[in-house]
Amino acid sequence: MPVRPTEPVPPPPAATRRGGRARRRREDLAGYVFLSPWLLGLLGITAIPMLLSLYLSFTDYSPLIDVGEAQWVGFDNYREMFTADPSYWHAVRVTVTFALVAVPLKLAAALGVALLLNKAFKGIAVFRGLFYLPSLLGGSVAVAIVWRSMFNREGAFNSFLALFGIEGAPWVNDPQWALETLMLLAIWQFGAPMVIFLAGLKQVPTELYEAASVDGAGAWRQFTHITLPMLSPVIFFNLVLETIHGFQGFTSAFVLSGGTGGPVDSTLMYTLHLYNKGFVELNMGYASAMAWVFLLVVGLITVLLFNTGKFWVHYSDNEER
Amino acid sequence: MTRPYVRLTALIIIVAIVLYPLVWMVGTSFKSPEEIVNNIGLIPREFTPSNFSEGWNKFDVAFGRFFLNSAMVAVLTVVGNTLSCLLAAYAFGRLRFRMRGVWFAIMIGTLLLPGHVLIIPQYILFRTLGWVGGDWPYLPLLVPHFLATEAFFVFLMVQFMRGIPRELDEAAVIDGASPYSIFRHVILPLSRPALVTTAIFSFIWTWNDFFRQLVYLSELKDYTAPVALTLFIDSTSESSVGPMFAMSLLSLVPVFLFFVAFQRLLVEGINTSGLKG
Repeated sequence: MPVRPTEPVPPPPAATRRGGRARRRREDLAGYVFLSPWLLGLLGITAIPMLLSLYLSFTDYSPLIDVGEAQWVGFDNYREMFTADPSYWHAVRVTVTFALVAVPLKLAAALGVALLLNKAFKGIAVFRGLFYLPSLLGGSVAVAIVWRSMFNREGAFNSFLALFGIEGAPWVNDPQWALETLMLLAIWQFGAPMVIFLAGLKQVPTELYEAASVDGAGAWRQFTHITLPMLSPVIFFNLVLETIHGFQGFTSAFVLSGGTGGPVDSTLMYTLHLYNKGFVELNMGYASAMAWVFLLVVGLITVLLFNTGKFWVHYSDNEER
Repeated sequence: MTRPYVRLTALIIIVAIVLYPLVWMVGTSFKSPEEIVNNIGLIPREFTPSNFSEGWNKFDVAFGRFFLNSAMVAVLTVVGNTLSCLLAAYAFGRLRFRMRGVWFAIMIGTLLLPGHVLIIPQYILFRTLGWVGGDWPYLPLLVPHFLATEAFFVFLMVQFMRGIPRELDEAAVIDGASPYSIFRHVILPLSRPALVTTAIFSFIWTWNDFFRQLVYLSELKDYTAPVALTLFIDSTSESSVGPMFAMSLLSLVPVFLFFVAFQRLLVEGINTSGLKG
């Protein structure tokens, strides 16, 4: 079972509470000694950069000048983002579409194949491994390059369609279809959530199904009334993970569009627009503002997911909590 | 539910569809330029291994250099992640100290923090320190991993260490052992499985990583394999498709070997922690 990240720290057993003040202080010190690299990282790699980027988002900073020379511009970057940069809204639409379409389809594929695999039979480990392979390789530049070649006008996919007399679109180069091609690449990597679903399915007690069969419940009713509710914590876990992951897609969008997010912004994922603004146009103040809006929105969506989870995630008595 | 052979047939069809792009990639990397256009089959009629030598020497710097750079970054990241996350996990998982709860909550918070948000201020910070560019531009890629910033691995190891029986520490404490010697003689040897999982995932993720390497590597000789592969995209000529596929294929070999060798461990790894692939 995947462990939920919110699990509280269990109190140590009574035995370790003995030992007096000196021991306590020694453990305090040891705790901070072991934690020091992490604390340094938290401060230097995460916290200070976060505050720095908040400051920069109100300036016109570019890497051509020193941070000290950056001009304070107030909310100009934010105003430009929301009112004067049409590409920004394209990026938002592309990213939201990606998260709303690709993530549910990926999870559906993962659950479907997990259900097929759930009956124990010889060779299940082989199948599980083969389905998992794309998740390991799929985030790479190499696979994105393959995808790009498969789905262009002369690509393998169109050659396949031609066998049936269908003339395919130029997919990655067609603004109508480029995002779909990108989403297909994400869905293709359904193996990782599938493995988590499989583990979840193993936890569902078989007596429930037996009892339901005795009561005359068919396969569909068993699925909707037993499998789905019992699996809901795992579905929730996968949904949160894949949504956050989906919002951050960069590599495949970069490679499929040659770094532009094209054709006509159709694959301009948010992070790709951010990269282009910051590191190609060198408008780092603006890109910092983009980063902060991104952070707030992703945070908001996570909170929202956790809140809706109350209504449909069913935790059985003890273990899941 | 369904009959076993129906189920098996369905699975085989799905596996075939899922694996098709990968098999097609292998086939294409051995095809001549004419065959890439005309032969849609998986197997090349005329075996063309010259794609590999051509891709290898396509740019002013041999591809071997890019692979070496990638390997160096990945290996050093593995060292950094396992060491630093192990230390942090021991503190979180086994020691009681003031404000542990607060720090732990912050650590969980950073688990969900999108890395792209920090790329610009980190870039500025590293540039101020003089780490960007220069003879050895890898410090910005490596230093964060020596400071346990990959919260996933801290979390994974905390979970693992909580499973180690407390009685072992207590026995050691009665024998007068300090937290340091408990770490050295009890926790470290017992944490090997978690360390191995962390090392494997670190390697694969870093090997596949692109975003940060794209930002920090600007000279051809410093490129890692993924950054070098994007050079092929810019050259659009038909004749470079074969070499492009050959080098792409080579770049996936290490991850594939890890997959073959550690499949069971990888699958268990994502189960205990929900790590993405």
